[in-house]
Amino acid sequence: MSQSNHDHHPELPFWQKYIFSVDHKVIGIQYGITSLFFLLFGFCLIMLMRWQLAYPEQALPVIGGLFGDARMPGGVMLPEFYNELGAMHGTIMVFLGVVPLAVGAFGNYVVPLQVGAPDMAFPKLNMASYWLYFIGGVIMLFSFFLPGGAASSGWTAYAPLSVIAPIGQTFWLIGMSFLIQSSLLGSVNIIVTIFQLRAKGLTFMRLPFFVWSQLITSFLLLLAFPPLFAASILQLMDRVAGTSFFMPSGLVVSGAPLEVSGGGSVLLWQHLFWFLAHPEVYVLILPALGIVAEVVANNIRKPLWGYKSMVYSIIFLGFMSFIVWAHHMFLTGMGTAISAFFQATTMIISIPSIVVLTALMISLWGGSIRFNTRMLFALAFLPMFGIGGLTGLPLGLAASDIHLHDTYYVIGHFHYVVAPGTIFAMFAGIYHWYPKATGRKMSELLGQLHFWPSFIAMNFIFMPMFIMGLAGVSRRLYDGGAGYAHAQDVLQLNITSSWAAWALGLAQIPFIINFFWSIKNGKKVENDNPWDCTTIEWDTPSPPGHGNFLKEPVVYRGPYEYSVPGAKSDYSPQFVEEIELETPESKTSEQEAV
Amino acid sequence: MEMIPYTVEARKDTGLYNAKLGIWLFLASEVMLFGGLFSSYILLRLGAPVWPHGKDVLNVPLGTFNTMVLISSSVTMVLAWVALKQKNFPKFKATLGLTILCSLLFMVVKGFEYGAKFSHGIFPRENTYYAIYYTLTGLHALHIIGGVVVLAYFWGPGSKMWLTQPERFTNRIEVVGLYWHFVDLVWIFLFPVLYLL
Repeated sequence: MSQSNHDHHPELPFWQKYIFSVDHKVIGIQYGITSLFFLLFGFCLIMLMRWQLAYPEQALPVIGGLFGDARMPGGVMLPEFYNELGAMHGTIMVFLGVVPLAVGAFGNYVVPLQVGAPDMAFPKLNMASYWLYFIGGVIMLFSFFLPGGAASSGWTAYAPLSVIAPIGQTFWLIGMSFLIQSSLLGSVNIIVTIFQLRAKGLTFMRLPFFVWSQLITSFLLLLAFPPLFAASILQLMDRVAGTSFFMPSGLVVSGAPLEVSGGGSVLLWQHLFWFLAHPEVYVLILPALGIVAEVVANNIRKPLWGYKSMVYSIIFLGFMSFIVWAHHMFLTGMGTAISAFFQATTMIISIPSIVVLTALMISLWGGSIRFNTRMLFALAFLPMFGIGGLTGLPLGLAASDIHLHDTYYVIGHFHYVVAPGTIFAMFAGIYHWYPKATGRKMSELLGQLHFWPSFIAMNFIFMPMFIMGLAGVSRRLYDGGAGYAHAQDVLQLNITSSWAAWALGLAQIPFIINFFWSIKNGKKVENDNPWDCTTIEWDTPSPPGHGNFLKEPVVYRGPYEYSVPGAKSDYSPQFVEEIELETPESKTSEQEAV
Repeated sequence: MEMIPYTVEARKDTGLYNAKLGIWLFLASEVMLFGGLFSSYILLRLGAPVWPHGKDVLNVPLGTFNTMVLISSSVTMVLAWVALKQKNFPKFKATLGLTILCSLLFMVVKGFEYGAKFSHGIFPRENTYYAIYYTLTGLHALHIIGGVVVLAYFWGPGSKMWLTQPERFTNRIEVVGLYWHFVDLVWIFLFPVLYLL
């Protein structure tokens, strides 16, 4: 299908092949590298903030002078700059880091390969999707240099504060609009690719779990982002055209009444925002579950336990995620009836997550586990996501949320889900598919040097936050609670968290070295299926050429047929028609050897 | 030779070609966009102590006329697609041309309505009713403009594809038609909500 075609293609000029490429693999790698850069950048922001939290209003040593008097006079961070860093850390990590890495990079690179497609369904839209994302990112970065700095109203951009904030907020809204359009094009592309370009024989129940997770994720992006776009339009109108969608009557700012018509509703913004942002949480976690399922199945050498129940669970989870959003708003005075509804749906939505997690745990039982780097990351994901998920339950119940709302407990909870959860899964995915994309493996030694310190540091960062939150320390304090009597007993934990955060920064150095060094110097893969996988992306050359497959891919069986009784090898790939059976002779010779 | 399958012919098990599924998904997201805005309208109106009646502040006859214009454009849009199915290219040109004229007429009338408000110094900041009126109709007008650009392309330079890949061109007209009907449908909701209620 492709090799003969491929030969007739003229060699493309550099800018068409690598910059404005329409090939899903190049776009996937572009997404990957850009989003990893943003993850690092967003992490740098929080490392700065952690200094202020651990040592409030002390001069930041060495680099403190670099930020200028407008942000850090004498190396001491101003509250305004702290707010900017906080808002942009959240925005960058979620919208420019994790989601583009999970959906843009892994979705783009792996989904067409796993469904046996020559490319995405709409390659040009795919390219547009990347470049919209890129422009959105540039706008966000640029906003740091505006008068008044970048957006500083939190990643949630709550009105009315965000409406009266400096110009950076306008750029935030415009940047978000680009990111929303980018994700729209990307999600349409992924859904159409999965529905339309599935290889012969690849029925829905033979799809790898990763493809299922991307399918559900794309539906969430497709349907949840537009209300945020609507909200962004309204907020932009409020800021630029002077309307009062989110501005109630009678607002007084700095002692003077605001000159607006009023009559708006601040709750409206929160509803529209969380209507996106709760499904967004599942956008963050579903691709991670997909990657972990792939890596776990491959390294336990046996089928996933309960594949079908996992699939049905995430479909159900996708639906439910649209009717839980107001559990972020228990303290806004919505009324007890509404709170009761949303706390019930929140309890219900925890069930499918637990089903998936339990299925993955049970899968481990009796497996002969290969403890390589990618498996370590995947294994670490399970309890970390477990902690993150279970600590969410008290937040989903209105009564306990009253105490915990907006404290460090919340920060600990969702970071456990996203940081040692999703980001660990992303690392597992990078180590897993790296040989497919480059033809070389990443170093195991550097991988282990990356994993163990990261794993330990992550827990030292976020575990103390639960304790601080239970003690009642609010999450948005510039001094980390130093000015509050009730926080004095737990202030020491800020220092623990901060040093662990900087240690986590150091722990990423082996990864960065590994990532770039292995492109040229990594161990060459011995064949196109170096991990002995069963899914069809391993039936392509490494790296796959334009058009991916050398012959039309045909799928003969389910995705995780490892250790099939009677088969000669311990994996029966989807793409092999006749599985070699164990002969009586080979069995007896083995027994003799034993 | 196109590498990606089902760009023209439908896939058997889904019964769709790629772009048709794509546009339906896009329209689903558009439903959520306008759904979010209509919900905002409801929430704002429920929370407002007074809310002007559309018929007292807007020009209902003009709005009705525009509704008719837009519905007509949807009809001619379907006729354009049917003409291609019947391999009648001149009829396609005529009906698609009519669609474009109708949409331009719609924009002229809308511009006249806006102008009348502006000349009285009524801008979005007046009150939340006008804020949502300008936002909803403005966003809808942007959809119309985007649609007209695409329609004009298919009427002019884009129609060359009819000579080389007639089936694919017909599909394109079907897809843009689906979008056009959606934009029309949004107006059919906007008109009563803003002008009559």
